[in-house]
Amino acid sequence: MNDQATQEWEIMSHRSLLDLKLKDTWAYRDLLWLMVRRDFVSYYKQTILGPLWFFIQPILTTVMFTFVFGRLAGLSTDGLPQPLFYMAGITAWNYFADCLTKTSTVFKDNANIFGKVYFPRLIMPLSIVVSNLVRFGVQFLLFLLVMIYYAFNDAAFQPTWALALFPVVLIMMAALGLGAGMIISAMTTKYRDLAFLITFGIQLLMYATTVIYPLSAAPAKYKWLIQLNPMTSLIETFRYGFLGKGDFSWASFGYAALTTLVMLLLGVIIFNKVEKNFVDTV
Amino acid sequence: MSTAIKVENLSKAYQIGKIGTGTLSRDFERWIAKVRGKEDPFLKIGEANDRAVKGTSDVVWSLRDINFEIKEGDAVGIIGRNGAGKSTLLKILSKVTSPTTGKISGRGRIASLLEVGTGFHPELTGRENIYLNGAILGMRKKEITRKLDQIIDFSGVERYVDTPVKRYSSGMYVRLAFAVAAHLESEILIVDEVLAVGDADFQKKCLGKMNDVSKGEGRTVLFVSHNMAAIKTLCPHSILLHNGTVSKMGKTAAVVNHYLNSNEKPMSVNVITEAMRTFSTGEAFFTSLAINSSENDNSDAIAFNTPIAVNITIDSKKNIDDFILDLKVVSAEGIELSHSQSNFDQRQAYKIGEGHTSFRAVMENNFQPGNYYLSAGIHHSDGATIDYLENVLAFEILNVGYDNNDYTQNWKHGYFRPATIWEMTPQ
Repeated sequence: MNDQATQEWEIMSHRSLLDLKLKDTWAYRDLLWLMVRRDFVSYYKQTILGPLWFFIQPILTTVMFTFVFGRLAGLSTDGLPQPLFYMAGITAWNYFADCLTKTSTVFKDNANIFGKVYFPRLIMPLSIVVSNLVRFGVQFLLFLLVMIYYAFNDAAFQPTWALALFPVVLIMMAALGLGAGMIISAMTTKYRDLAFLITFGIQLLMYATTVIYPLSAAPAKYKWLIQLNPMTSLIETFRYGFLGKGDFSWASFGYAALTTLVMLLLGVIIFNKVEKNFVDTV
Repeated sequence: MSTAIKVENLSKAYQIGKIGTGTLSRDFERWIAKVRGKEDPFLKIGEANDRAVKGTSDVVWSLRDINFEIKEGDAVGIIGRNGAGKSTLLKILSKVTSPTTGKISGRGRIASLLEVGTGFHPELTGRENIYLNGAILGMRKKEITRKLDQIIDFSGVERYVDTPVKRYSSGMYVRLAFAVAAHLESEILIVDEVLAVGDADFQKKCLGKMNDVSKGEGRTVLFVSHNMAAIKTLCPHSILLHNGTVSKMGKTAAVVNHYLNSNEKPMSVNVITEAMRTFSTGEAFFTSLAINSSENDNSDAIAFNTPIAVNITIDSKKNIDDFILDLKVVSAEGIELSHSQSNFDQRQAYKIGEGHTSFRAVMENNFQPGNYYLSAGIHHSDGATIDYLENVLAFEILNVGYDNNDYTQNWKHGYFRPATIWEMTPQ
């Protein structure tokens, strides 16, 4: 870091919109891991059941979805065993939703620390996304276990080549949650009203995504609306890869990738713009 | 010597009052102005940040057209009353917030300490927090590992380094936090009043470390403090801020002198708002309260051993025949140290009429240098409280007397320093 010793710097009132401080963020990469570690350790220490909570929530949700949407409402699951179908949707959706909600309050949650010391603010939302990956990992493991159980019980599902897209899907979900979360977080610093909408909005969005029903069962009239949601394509790809049922097309996948990229870029730009003065308004 | 920091035409405007209501329409207004290439209407109406004067606009300039230059290896003290813009300046230098106009240029890494222990997590151990805090302050992990032993050694908490910091005493917490910050590798060190915490022994250690940093290692130091003695020992040069502008800069002795004797308009006239009242019946209430040095009514810098004058204005809704005022000095820890009441020593209760009435109380001062609070009350002579303001004003007894002598001690016990006559008595 000695090259920084004689480095000249400037602090100005205006900064280029496209100055994303990515280099700066890279220099602070150690902080990212330490933040993730902190989240992880503090999460355990305040609970009795500890990591068990990671399991309880998706299990209960799956049981409830199976009962309400599967048994009572009789929604189609594309011929897949209901618990397996729902669990695939929930696991993927939860990761996206967690990234989005946590990121959307990042300024409010860290107002204290942001007001006292400078570091590239982007570190915080990034650490949220990585921290959530741990939780996702645990839920994903659970999903795999259920998959193995059904495999031994001759259920009709077959993983496909699209399994190879899984890492891409995961990154896209993270990026989408991050991008949307950052856009919202920037707006909530000034207009707090939005914060109230988030939890509610996410729930609504879930029904506009193919979490509890397959795209093939969506009413033709609203199908375009559901497909407009990039998460739909991601969850469909996820299901198609692991369970062999789902609507996968390169067109919709490409659309999702493009939307994700735009959201992420927009999110980072807006986040950086708000970041430099938000301390004054929080 | 070359320049380490150069500040040019630096200004910072804050919006006061309610933020949120009307922001959408204001944002729209500003956007229209920007598109049409006009001056930002938000900034046109700003005024100097003078708390004593009720403003007409909801924009204040916390800093206005600040210009100065700091040489490499210099240690510069920044002094001024609360609200003079010291913290804003440090925040801008630390990149926590950005200036409204103007720019700062400089050379070298900046380490800034606006608070010790930022980002400490109570559940993590001391060692884990050293890493976390160090990384927040901009250190790489391997850099911290290399300095870990030094940091632990400096903090003096070796025994507890693997204990969660929530079990630490507040003193240990501060020691550890400062130790991390003190071992940052940077060319420029910015320190805000962090030394106000911790015991005197540790404060001395911190000052010593900062002295090493500036004199021994040739790094540039910016130091904000109310502790004039610390500024004097540490900083050859100082900058005095007043209402957001540089009021004097130069050799520390001259600047401190100017500060103590300045006859600028007092900042300490405090208009009492509803939110500040602890209790009120509404019969009569405080409207303003000001603490001054009795020697100079235009200064709120209270020198050591100089009587404290409190100017009080009240507003009464009716005639009160048994009107009593009382004042309490409270320590920073919340201990009531003194109680003065207007009917003590066989004095009669006041009879006051409707409307505004002013009072002035001059209080003997043999308090130790340090930070104190003032509580004020209005009562009936039977003790029934009419209006009460708990810890409403913060003030500081400086460790410099009006004779310009330095009354610092290396350690401080208690709250008072009674004049004492000492003699050796023959056996």
